Amino acid sequence: MGHIKGLKCRECGREYAIEPIYVCEFCFGPLEVAYDYKSIAGDISRKKIEKRDKNLWRYRELLPIDGEPQVGLDSGFTPLIRADNLARVLGVDELYLKDDTVVHPTLSFKDRVVAIALTKAKEFGFDTVACASTGNLAHSVSAHGAKAGFKRFIFIPSTLEASKIVASLVYEPNLIAVDGNYDDVNRLCSEIANKYKWAFVNINIRPFYAEGSKTLGFEVIEQLGWKAPDNVVVPCASGSLLTKVWKSFKEFRDVGIIKDLSTKVFAAQATGCSPIAAAIKQGRDVIRPVKPDTIAKSLAIGNPADGFYAAQVVRDTGGYAEDVSDPEIIDAIKLLARTEGVFAETAGGVTLASTIKLIQSGRIKRDESTVICITGNGLKTQEALQGHTSSPHHIKPSLASFEEVLENIKKGE
Amino acid sequence: MAVKVRIPTPLQRLTQGREEVEGVPGTVMELITSLDSAFPGIAERISENGKVRRFVNIYVNEEDIRFLNAEETAVKDGDEVSIVPAIAGGGR
Repeated sequence: MGHIKGLKCRECGREYAIEPIYVCEFCFGPLEVAYDYKSIAGDISRKKIEKRDKNLWRYRELLPIDGEPQVGLDSGFTPLIRADNLARVLGVDELYLKDDTVVHPTLSFKDRVVAIALTKAKEFGFDTVACASTGNLAHSVSAHGAKAGFKRFIFIPSTLEASKIVASLVYEPNLIAVDGNYDDVNRLCSEIANKYKWAFVNINIRPFYAEGSKTLGFEVIEQLGWKAPDNVVVPCASGSLLTKVWKSFKEFRDVGIIKDLSTKVFAAQATGCSPIAAAIKQGRDVIRPVKPDTIAKSLAIGNPADGFYAAQVVRDTGGYAEDVSDPEIIDAIKLLARTEGVFAETAGGVTLASTIKLIQSGRIKRDESTVICITGNGLKTQEALQGHTSSPHHIKPSLASFEEVLENIKKGE
Repeated sequence: MAVKVRIPTPLQRLTQGREEVEGVPGTVMELITSLDSAFPGIAERISENGKVRRFVNIYVNEEDIRFLNAEETAVKDGDEVSIVPAIAGGGR
């Protein structure tokens, strides 16, 4: 290994040693892992990657660990699906789904970032891991942490629905229900992280955790036959995933894995929580915080930490942003299931519905290749579809009753 | 009466441990300059080239100055100004 130089402030460039820290002491900017790309370039190759097991650790030279991978040995390397049925409906030539509805073990892209965060937590010598979350992240820390033998503290707003809580509780973490909203929970967790020597994956481990998102981008390039797509559409909550997908593309170019890179990066948000999309559409630098109101709860971050950087990537690559309504999200979830057999969570509906708008407005050209990032499984947010699916056909247990219904179905076709 | 300025923990080393200090009225930028003469070094921590740093939020009477008049926002006697580092984080 030995490819990591240290941590570096994204704002003022001050350098720090590798430690569980996340904020620049001087200017409060976020810290990011800095690599020695020259030494990586000499140590990585397509052949070397291809020989490795099909999980996210096959790109380990570009991940911030010192030793061997310890957590998430079956995470990542999800399918890249050529979506020809959907492409026909949308009138485009070349469309792909990066299908993170099936990441091991908890069916969202959070399994990628948590795999890296908990491996790093082991390297730092922590025995307790923690997070503030309302869903996918809680599930992933609970599950990965169980397998890795960590004590786990999961902080959630107390108003969270019972169905979402069960999917964390089954792994038996310490689930702390805080009397407050998600922002209150986040603030409290920052205080706790200052006082207790725990690995908070999205606070003091964040510089390492966030790097895990790059594996989604590495996989896209490998699965496209070692080339970058013309367009990639990424859902935005904090904006971190979008910046890291772009970083992964650039890194593969910088270490010589690919030669050409001219991908346009597009951001997708729900209209009820679209601070990043609004800034991009209005050509503003400043991200104006909002109070979220959308069924896409996994994207509902009103004051996105990486919003500025996400907007910058979109601008720099010649991409754009779209935002979509709740009904558009539901229609897109159903369209994806109907055409490609993939059941996405609400965030997936946001991404597809935004893609449709981008195609219609000509921002995404019909003869270009486009990858849509589907980041979580619809089985987790079924309540969003309540009353929006068709109903079963009820019959008596007789052939006659069945054939009566069959007649009606045939008439309807 | 002066302007009340709340100082975040990481900057209290510069204010001899004080959580709240007093500043003079004017614009936010003028306030920062006046703070710096009382507490040398504080200005470069929260601003750069006349702009408030991106990961520092400043509130005047609980309102984020980005939604008022940014660095030109006026502060008067009796106003409360909070300096709050944005905490990187999030991800549901």
